Amino acid sequence: MTIQFNDETFRDDYTFTNSERAIKRFPFPFHEDSYMYSVNMEQHQGGPEGSIYEKRFDVDEHYISEMKDRALVLDEDPLRCQSLPHMTLAGWDLLELIMVSKSEDYPDLFELHRDGNNWHWINKPLGIEQKFVFMDESTLPYGPMEYITRQTQGDFALLDQRDENLWMDAGTVTTQADWSLDFDIGMNFFEWHAPVPLAAEMGVFKRALKFLLNIQQGMPARRLNWTMTVNPLLDTSPENYHKWGVQKTTLTPENVGQKQYLRVELQTFFRLPRSNGMVFPIRCYLISLEDLVTIPKWGRRLHRVIRDVPEELATYKGFIDNRPLIVDYLSKFDDGAPTSDGVWPD
Amino acid sequence: MSAGTNKIGVVVTDIVPLNELVTRFKFERADGGLLPTFSGGAHTVIEMKDGETTRLNPYSLMSDPADRHAYTISVRRDDAGRGGSLFLHKNVRIGDEMVISYPVNLFALDLRAHKHLMIAGGIGITPFLAQIKQLSATNGRFELHYACRNQALGSYVDDLTTAHPNNVHVYFDDDGQALDLENLLDGQPLGTHIYICGPKGMINWVRDTAERLGWPREAVHYEEFLAPQSGKPFTVKLAKSDLEFEVGEHQSLLEAIEAAGVDAPYLCRGGACGQCETDVLEADGEILHRDHWLEDDEKESGKKIMPCVSRFEGRIIVLDR
Repeated sequence: MTIQFNDETFRDDYTFTNSERAIKRFPFPFHEDSYMYSVNMEQHQGGPEGSIYEKRFDVDEHYISEMKDRALVLDEDPLRCQSLPHMTLAGWDLLELIMVSKSEDYPDLFELHRDGNNWHWINKPLGIEQKFVFMDESTLPYGPMEYITRQTQGDFALLDQRDENLWMDAGTVTTQADWSLDFDIGMNFFEWHAPVPLAAEMGVFKRALKFLLNIQQGMPARRLNWTMTVNPLLDTSPENYHKWGVQKTTLTPENVGQKQYLRVELQTFFRLPRSNGMVFPIRCYLISLEDLVTIPKWGRRLHRVIRDVPEELATYKGFIDNRPLIVDYLSKFDDGAPTSDGVWPD
Repeated sequence: MSAGTNKIGVVVTDIVPLNELVTRFKFERADGGLLPTFSGGAHTVIEMKDGETTRLNPYSLMSDPADRHAYTISVRRDDAGRGGSLFLHKNVRIGDEMVISYPVNLFALDLRAHKHLMIAGGIGITPFLAQIKQLSATNGRFELHYACRNQALGSYVDDLTTAHPNNVHVYFDDDGQALDLENLLDGQPLGTHIYICGPKGMINWVRDTAERLGWPREAVHYEEFLAPQSGKPFTVKLAKSDLEFEVGEHQSLLEAIEAAGVDAPYLCRGGACGQCETDVLEADGEILHRDHWLEDDEKESGKKIMPCVSRFEGRIIVLDR
């Protein structure tokens, strides 16, 4: 089906909205009435028709506006996109992966024509047409990673694999849940996860790394992560905390339904063939509480999850101060009825 | 991750004997499509239906990683082995259909290196052939030192010295030529990475020498696939699957588990990658550890086994599988 793209903003006047279709396909992350960390990985080989899992790189109604927001962030802060010198090959891997995937998965929106290394890329939603030579950086307006990630929703961490570890050696990160590429660049898997509470003691990272190191070509994996964000703000970065942190104090019982968003990340993992690196796309989906509770099962369950989540997690995810407000609001949509297993609406 | 391993149906399109021991095989996709690109140093696991036995042996891809029309491997005949190389040499014909895995790389180039110093022994040359093609296409700096028995058994010596006269150095054992390793390592520029593929003795020699000379561990890379060895038959019990069966003399424990219909994880099948690590619940006898994945204390504990290469001697071994 053809996608109707929204004209909306993720800053200042926050005109972001989810259509009814977007609400129905929202990746609600809780499969039961409580939450704790786990190595919740599964194969990323499609999913139910119309769901965000169906395509390798989901394109939705927010595409054009998200790309405009990314351009604004990069304009103000070029360090949101960095690539260490040895990561250029991985950048070409990523460009190839995305162009091939999108042109196959959305033939009405994207086209890729290849004649040897002479490539012709057409991105209809963004009105881009580019002829270039694959593996020749001088034929693109940006490096390969920056070029393609300016046209793809979600953040991208490009990881080098060596020494039985993964290293965050390149990326484009403008829609992040309070972490900084500029701070993490060059770090290994354990180093960049050091701020996460509880999980290391649980052995989660050791097991997750072992899983990731063994991801093979053609066998991508995925998981969901989540947090809470006040206002539909994509760029919740440490660099701009002074701008958005204060917005967390603007919640009231009257506006919490509209202003408080559940933020869910679809994290996918692909082995990159030419560089033997990995790409870790982190795609952010936002939904306001008032839209979320239109699905009764989700309203009931989110109330129970947020109410019971351990204090360390609520603190780390940045909503500990607003938890009482959120729980009060959500309690109105929880009649105590049992909820069915799994994430899908009843 | 065997359950999720992507397989490719291929046709053997060329078989070229290179010398009395080594033969090259070329595979193209059976459906006529393109093969996945890969990175230099990657291997593929080839499935061989040898009568009742299914063998899965890893072989380094030696073709140009950017060439998606065909993969090539070179196989050294091992007359004393369990039969995988013999099967390829004797039973496989042009036009045969086979199944191979997607490429997996456990011997990747460190792309940070300012220079790649490659040391190959015998058939260990094969991963370097792909790496050299990859580096040549990206202006990477490399130097290859290749030891083999003699001119007649020196697979690809002529191709390499013709294509890269200034970067390839060959040593024939029968002519008494030997690599002056200390001198070689001593003269390398900062940022050089060493890669070794060859017999165990050569790998240990280079690793020990590099360590003694103060090379950082992270700058020394090696690949050694162990072929599973034959041994006395033994009985294994899989606790979770509730199965008990014999492991044959020429069968690996992993192969026996697969033959029993249990989908066990694996990647390299050569004792290197750690993927098939399995907990031992009970062992009335002695585990013969042959991998280089488990730490010495893990081997001594008797609580872990790598079923791709390790065996057991005794009454019965019970695994958590």
